[in-house]
Amino acid sequence: MLCLLFLGPFFATATMRLLINNACIQSFQVLQLQQTFDSSLEKPQFPGASAEFVDQLEFIQPNVISGIPVYRVMDRQGNIINPSQDPQLSKETVLNFYQKMTMLNTMDRILYESQRQGRISFYMTNYGEEGTHIGSAAALDPNDLVFGQYREAGVLMYRGFPLDHFMAQCYANADDLGKGRQMPVHYGSKDLNFVTISSPLATQIPQAAGAAYAVKRENTNRAVICYFGEGAASEGDAHAGFNFSATLECPLIFFCRNNGYAISTPTNEQYRGDGIAARGPGYGMLSIRVDGNDVFAVYNATKEARRRAVAENQPFLIEAMTYRIGHHSTSDDSSAYRSVDEVNYWDKQDHPISRLRHYMTARGWWSEDDERSWRKQSRKTVMEAFERAERRLKPNPELLFTDVYQEMIPSLNKQRESLWRHVQQYKENYPLDLYEK
Amino acid sequence: MAAAARLFLRGANSKLSIAPGSLGTTHAAHFTFQPDPVPSQYGPTQKMNLFQSITSALDNTLASDPTAVIFGEDVAFGGVFRCTVGLRDKYGKDRVFNTPLCEQGIVGFGIGVAVAGATAIAEIQFADYIFPAFDQIVNEAAKYRYRSGNMFDCGNLTIRAPWGCVGHGSLYHSQSPEAFFAHCPGLKVVIPRSPIQAKGLLLSCIADKNPCIFFEPKILYRAAVEQVPEDPYTIPLSQAEVLQEGSDVTLVAWGTQIHVLKEVASMAQEKLGVSCEVIDLQTILPWDIETVCKSVVKTGRLLISHEAPVTGGFASEISSTVQEECFLNLEAPISRVCGYDTPFPHIFEPFYIPDKWKCFEAIKKMINY
Repeated sequence: MLCLLFLGPFFATATMRLLINNACIQSFQVLQLQQTFDSSLEKPQFPGASAEFVDQLEFIQPNVISGIPVYRVMDRQGNIINPSQDPQLSKETVLNFYQKMTMLNTMDRILYESQRQGRISFYMTNYGEEGTHIGSAAALDPNDLVFGQYREAGVLMYRGFPLDHFMAQCYANADDLGKGRQMPVHYGSKDLNFVTISSPLATQIPQAAGAAYAVKRENTNRAVICYFGEGAASEGDAHAGFNFSATLECPLIFFCRNNGYAISTPTNEQYRGDGIAARGPGYGMLSIRVDGNDVFAVYNATKEARRRAVAENQPFLIEAMTYRIGHHSTSDDSSAYRSVDEVNYWDKQDHPISRLRHYMTARGWWSEDDERSWRKQSRKTVMEAFERAERRLKPNPELLFTDVYQEMIPSLNKQRESLWRHVQQYKENYPLDLYEK
Repeated sequence: MAAAARLFLRGANSKLSIAPGSLGTTHAAHFTFQPDPVPSQYGPTQKMNLFQSITSALDNTLASDPTAVIFGEDVAFGGVFRCTVGLRDKYGKDRVFNTPLCEQGIVGFGIGVAVAGATAIAEIQFADYIFPAFDQIVNEAAKYRYRSGNMFDCGNLTIRAPWGCVGHGSLYHSQSPEAFFAHCPGLKVVIPRSPIQAKGLLLSCIADKNPCIFFEPKILYRAAVEQVPEDPYTIPLSQAEVLQEGSDVTLVAWGTQIHVLKEVASMAQEKLGVSCEVIDLQTILPWDIETVCKSVVKTGRLLISHEAPVTGGFASEISSTVQEECFLNLEAPISRVCGYDTPFPHIFEPFYIPDKWKCFEAIKKMINY
């Protein structure tokens, strides 16, 4: 069997049938050639790269051309810089963008507080990154499949995931579509084509490549988008996903939220190259860097990437530069590793919500009164959903044992029965009243 | 080219597994493959070895399931073990294709294909190289359905990998990693002993709505030849097979080791007058507790044998469960005849493997306990 491991160097100047030994191996078929060979030319003939010869010893310096520029449509005050780039979305659409971003922000505030008060076990906010969610989600088709990391709740919100479902998942109550199995913010929705979030980072990246490949074969003009942070992009799975999607020609948008931090690790400890966008060309992938706090820039880039990914069956890499205004999660206190001044700059001077509001008010689409009444209404809506979720019972503990496999297996069934016998005997020690029967 | 061809020839002339010529001697394999009778219930049969029976299963699958795709390193030209020969020409380059050299990518990609609703058959070139994909398998594939409340799953994923000792494979071409995956609820782990079993079990894995890992005993790829049905058929998962009935000792194994135990059973009958019941577990997870326990209740003695190291090997799970269920029926301690707690050695393979004499000796001890 060892013989089979040495198949590598069999390329020859012409196609060859290799007849080794009838008892051993049947003849090999044509081995695909990567180029025709002509040693009379003074060009490199290597299969591995198409290039010219050079006789000066010179190392290519990274970032010698200053880093990949940041595409934007609006300045920090919400003014359109180049009118040809204004997507000229309708008032209704833009208002919807704004309301979704602010509703997300309101929900974040209330749920963060609820964790502080011990009502839910854990939470992650999206402060400062609302533009990346809404801008990209709006540029997709509702049927496009979304793979996320954990800070993309706005994508779900844009697609219409009800507040009750967000709350149900965070409270792990009987209405949770995930049946109470995961920590808060691990959302998922089959109807809205949003694959359930998992905690291990970057695992979704090669999965998105596979899903895009399958979707390509279906021929229904669907795309797949895959979100991840700049920290997750260091994982081996990211390298795997980029390489597979390029070599296998997948209709896939890689959307990197570069928000400056992976918990406490700043970007200069995460990578030494020019961010994530600069890696794309290394994989043969079309890449762009955008201002993630400019919802129109995010929208334009995603829209064009989607159009071409589906039309040309190739992946696109969008690196959306932004800033994580909140802590990593409720288990983090970011004052331990960054200054309040830094956070305030982004909150006050370069926030996706404010920039869009300036755009809207400049057109007379949104007034102070609109702002006041919307804030009041959105807060009320969120609070009502919150109170409903609080009152709801937890799911039936039977759901501890289901969906491990598609079918119930005998050994697990026995364990289930043994738990129930035990709980019957020791019931006063188990919080049965909190759960559905 | 000539040098490489010589390598082929040297490999070609070995019937089974050969220790290198540097010792000046060659050792025959540690087992004799015993073919099963020709099955009559599945239609016309054809002589096939193990890799050909795998090709047949894959061919049937690609023919009947338009979403099915096969991918991994080197599968396009036919695979380093020839399991995918002819399939790319027959079904197209979008359905049988090479991936970059990256196991975590192969499995991650496969999960994505399955999540999108297509049938994904991922090949890992050697089970020894499955570990970069461990996170994707254990943390993702196995848990996809549970963690999503059954909204998403990767039941359409099957991972295949060559498995087990091959005479000269050493540390990284001989491993049997089933125990690592047996500890992972949500997965199925299946190991066939022969071509007929392999085709039926592989087709069951592909049809099964849970992610399955299918380990193929590489030493049997050419050595095991049977009359295998051409049409598709399935052999049920999680059902152990009693290959021969006996009254004194229950012998349990899977894959190549079944053929060792069959020979041990003959030796025990001939030399000790001991009647052995031989069970092929086939599915490691979820395993058929009932069949094994029923047998031990009858015989009172159990020997489990596998190439993988003894500590934490799957024999320990079987042993633990059987002593819980059948404690009062046991006439002797349960015996495990397994690999030693070392990496799989090269030149010391004849000493390392749980061969028929070690198993025979273990039976003697159990009988005389």
